[in-house]
Amino acid sequence: MFDQILQFLLTGITVGSTYALVGLGFAIIYNASDVVNFSQGEFVMIGAMSAVALSAGDTGLPLWAAALAAVLITTLVGMALQRFAIAPARGASVVTTIIITIGASIFLRGVALLVWGKDLFALPPFSGDDPIQIGNATVLPQSLWVMGGAAVLVFGAQYFFTHTTLGKAILACSCNKTAAHLVGINVGVMLLVAYGLSAALGAMAGILVAPITFASYDTGVMLGLKGFSAAILGGMGNPMGAVAGGLLLGLIESLSAGLISSGYKDAIGFIILLLVLFFRPSGLFGKASVERV
Amino acid sequence: MKRLSGFFLLAVAIVVLPFIFPDNYFVTVVGVSAGLHAILAVSLNLLMGYAGQISLGHAAFFGIGAYTSAILTTRYGWNPWPTILVGAAFTGVLAYIVARPILKLKGHYLAMATLGLGIIVHIFIVQLGWLTGGPDGLGGIPTLSLFGWEVDSDARWYVVIGALLLIVVWLALNIIDSRSGRALRALHGSEVAAEMMGINTAATKTGVFVLAALIASVAGSVFAHQQAFVSPDSFSFFFSIELVTMVVLGGMASTYGAVLGAIILTFLPELLVVFEDYEVMIFGGILMGTMIFLPQGLFVGLQELLRKLTRRRQRAAQAAQATEATKQKEDNHGVA
Repeated sequence: MFDQILQFLLTGITVGSTYALVGLGFAIIYNASDVVNFSQGEFVMIGAMSAVALSAGDTGLPLWAAALAAVLITTLVGMALQRFAIAPARGASVVTTIIITIGASIFLRGVALLVWGKDLFALPPFSGDDPIQIGNATVLPQSLWVMGGAAVLVFGAQYFFTHTTLGKAILACSCNKTAAHLVGINVGVMLLVAYGLSAALGAMAGILVAPITFASYDTGVMLGLKGFSAAILGGMGNPMGAVAGGLLLGLIESLSAGLISSGYKDAIGFIILLLVLFFRPSGLFGKASVERV
Repeated sequence: MKRLSGFFLLAVAIVVLPFIFPDNYFVTVVGVSAGLHAILAVSLNLLMGYAGQISLGHAAFFGIGAYTSAILTTRYGWNPWPTILVGAAFTGVLAYIVARPILKLKGHYLAMATLGLGIIVHIFIVQLGWLTGGPDGLGGIPTLSLFGWEVDSDARWYVVIGALLLIVVWLALNIIDSRSGRALRALHGSEVAAEMMGINTAATKTGVFVLAALIASVAGSVFAHQQAFVSPDSFSFFFSIELVTMVVLGGMASTYGAVLGAIILTFLPELLVVFEDYEVMIFGGILMGTMIFLPQGLFVGLQELLRKLTRRRQRAAQAAQATEATKQKEDNHGVA
């Protein structure tokens, strides 16, 4: 029994790490522009699919170069989203921006469908696929890549926002755009950087898990939902909360799939999310909102 | 009379269309789905547009209505009519139970909670195979009949759903202009302010949530009898999003806007089929573009455009008159 649980925990943390990265991307964009970006999952898909496409075949790039190029492509897509879809709709209501990002996600999915078709693709594992024994549980080397990669990215993002001028400038914009502008921060550029960063994080998550979960033009939908759930669970606008929420969601899903029923694992995840919201309406680590009258 | 002029216009359009285009696929087949979508969009608009409470899980109530009718008629041999009532009662109770805790949430948290609710209901429909037929769905659902008049052709379904749409639109228009409709709009503006005015915001929000769920459930039952087949795909998260899109595209807080949005979003994929592989991309592009350039929705956007055009024409006419007048004056001076 204990071995089984250990196995579920390992799977849960692997899945949770991807959710955490997508959730972190959600939180960054939400903080910078108050937009819930429903095309966040598409960043993951574009990252994974372009890495596959660039590294495929005999003439393909080596994996590291393909991954780098894929992250760059996705970053540009994220910036384009900000520049051409979000920026022109400044001042639109929450629901309107939600529909814009949903439109963007359908558009990006349509483009992916045109370019890559409906097939499933996989990246080769980064370092072989011999399972590693931990106690009586096994773990794929790629899972370690996912966990390690996610940890590096999360701490990197944390460092970026607390210790670099650029990161602090973005934070300043999310606190108060006018004040940030007054102290000489170029708010428009900061928004572009935030969207690019969020897209890059999504792409890296996609490339890390592509060897395990495969990728197709529509993998982004479910991941986007899970990322949104992670961000909400942790408390909207709290990046580290989103990371914790993602890990928690991954663990809940893997444990309920293993111990209760795999068919209901998503339902159990959402039921727990709803229960959390009923008792803590601003998520686990979110600040309680105060309505100004 | 003026208040309901749009309603009469809609009624005339519904009655006249099948006579202008008899046996037309776009009127009796796509038109019927557009009508059902319009009913759902109008009900969702009561909640979203007027009360300001976003719901990304409206398809759940549509699905519960459809499956209640489907299960009771095919597995237990019920007459179709009472199943519509049972479905509505079941949906109403469920909506009432979840309304209070869910509607306490705000903004994105409310969006997430309703989204989760929709996905949970969808998963249960898929997983409870012994009852719902699972992913394969349920077939052989009998059609409706009214005093021996079998609703068994596209044209007859057009009549039934057209009538239902008019009833729902009329209901929505009257609610909005009633005391509780004003309460809804007040709490949309500010909940605290509405409470200061003596409005019980929790009860008002619960009421409109249950009402929207009831309408969706009835639409679901009718949908099940019309299609004679239901499968979980029709009630997924995507359909909820589509409904929200109809409301926002048409224009929030406008019943006619919701109808317009539903009609456009039902016809658009039919028209985009000719683009084959480009269909998805173009659909997303149109959605994005409309919301960027007309954030108030098509209905309000088009109205404003029209107003601007007429105003410009008026101004042009006035300007012409003015120049005419000065010219005459100059001419008079010349004479003097």
